[in-house]
Amino acid sequence: MFEIFIAVAMLGGLALAFGLVLAAASKVFYVETDPRLDALNECLPGANCGGCGYPGCGAYAEAVLNGEAPIGKCASGGNECAQAMSAIMGVKAEAVARKVALVKCSGQKTYDETGLQVGGAKVKGIYEGFKDCLAASRVGGKGPLSCQYGCLGYGSCTKVCKYDAIHVVDGVAKVDVEKCVGCGACASACPRSLITFVEYGTDVIIACNSNAKGAVTARSCTVGCIGCGLCKKICPQEAITVEKGLAKIDYSKCVSCGLCATVCPKHLIADAKIRNDKDPVPAPNKV
Amino acid sequence: MGAQILGILVAALLSQNFILVKFYGICPFMGVSKKIDTALGMGVAVTFVMALASAACWLVYNLLLIPLNLVYMQTVAFILVIASIVQVVEMFLKKAVPALYKALGVFLPLITTNCAVLGVVLVNVSEGYNFLISVFNGVAGGLGFTLAIVLFASVRERVDKAEPPECFKGFPIALITAGLLALAFMGFSGLSIF
Repeated sequence: MFEIFIAVAMLGGLALAFGLVLAAASKVFYVETDPRLDALNECLPGANCGGCGYPGCGAYAEAVLNGEAPIGKCASGGNECAQAMSAIMGVKAEAVARKVALVKCSGQKTYDETGLQVGGAKVKGIYEGFKDCLAASRVGGKGPLSCQYGCLGYGSCTKVCKYDAIHVVDGVAKVDVEKCVGCGACASACPRSLITFVEYGTDVIIACNSNAKGAVTARSCTVGCIGCGLCKKICPQEAITVEKGLAKIDYSKCVSCGLCATVCPKHLIADAKIRNDKDPVPAPNKV
Repeated sequence: MGAQILGILVAALLSQNFILVKFYGICPFMGVSKKIDTALGMGVAVTFVMALASAACWLVYNLLLIPLNLVYMQTVAFILVIASIVQVVEMFLKKAVPALYKALGVFLPLITTNCAVLGVVLVNVSEGYNFLISVFNGVAGGLGFTLAIVLFASVRERVDKAEPPECFKGFPIALITAGLLALAFMGFSGLSIF
């Protein structure tokens, strides 16, 4: 009977001793944290997407607190988050425009009823390696497409997207702008650097990334920019330039009139309003 | 002495590996082995705690349990010691080495429930090691843990890239991988230097 008391006393004593050590340690090793840090963490979405350039929401909050990072870098939290954070830090934040990802490729493959390819990026061969864009872009031949710039469609961007906002449709990645928060994870994952960012609601976009000469692009894709410059000529705002065989829109000048989309012979300037009126499918060329 | 140290090292790393041969500490082994970096972080943290736990438990066992004839209480007492040590280590690192504390992150408190640590101190006791050899066994056990988890993580990184059948995706194929790795380590089973 007596042994039980010894055992209880020993274990209780040991626990008490360790408890006192822990209590002392928590006093000795106490680290003061700024109450604003917790408040900042509360504002951030907590998705740890890394779009701000810091390892996670916690690291960004700390950087803001230390004055190392500006407020408003959180693409996911958007304007609301920036305003809340500036209220905590006691500074005024500028309104943050919401940005969404845009895949600069429109080479969606289309086939006729016999299975023959009639539109989109031309397939030059069969790729049998890892189903991964980086792997495909590293092997000799640079994957299955004739186009050296186009979307490989193995979905490396889909794998890294934490918001389920980018999917491969007909062999080309497509962004769901309602879900996209503009964190930039997909842009870093794309080995062909195809993904750029535009303001939410931008309706005139040039969805091609080909810097090849016009004739080469025309051979490898039915919807590739050949640098013909028709869009540049018709643009009343002089917002379009053509460099290295690729048209580019300067959004500070663009007024979304949509004239460029009407003249593009390859129908690759996407404009929702105009596309609905005219034929939605690019004119099929023989590939 | 030299032969004993070498024997302990070979046993802890290969022939009696805590994870792949004795099957201790499977939870962190499966849980934090998706990337080599984090696996290495976990391995370092476990090695550190195993060495400290070996020292503290040796003291508790020899100065408290044996004189009081309470050897049958060893498991409970050791769990208490390990849990307390992990807590103190966590607080100490947070104050003294914030960089390391951040790198280890959530792995530190996870070690509290790692039975490989308890396994090491129980082996120390049953083999009757002295203080220094106990601490060395703790370090060697931690290195064995690190070896196993880093090997497993590097295999898993590759398996993730491959395309197993739908029903094997994720954890099932990881468990099969772990089983094959354990089979490979069975090849060391006859190895002993004493």
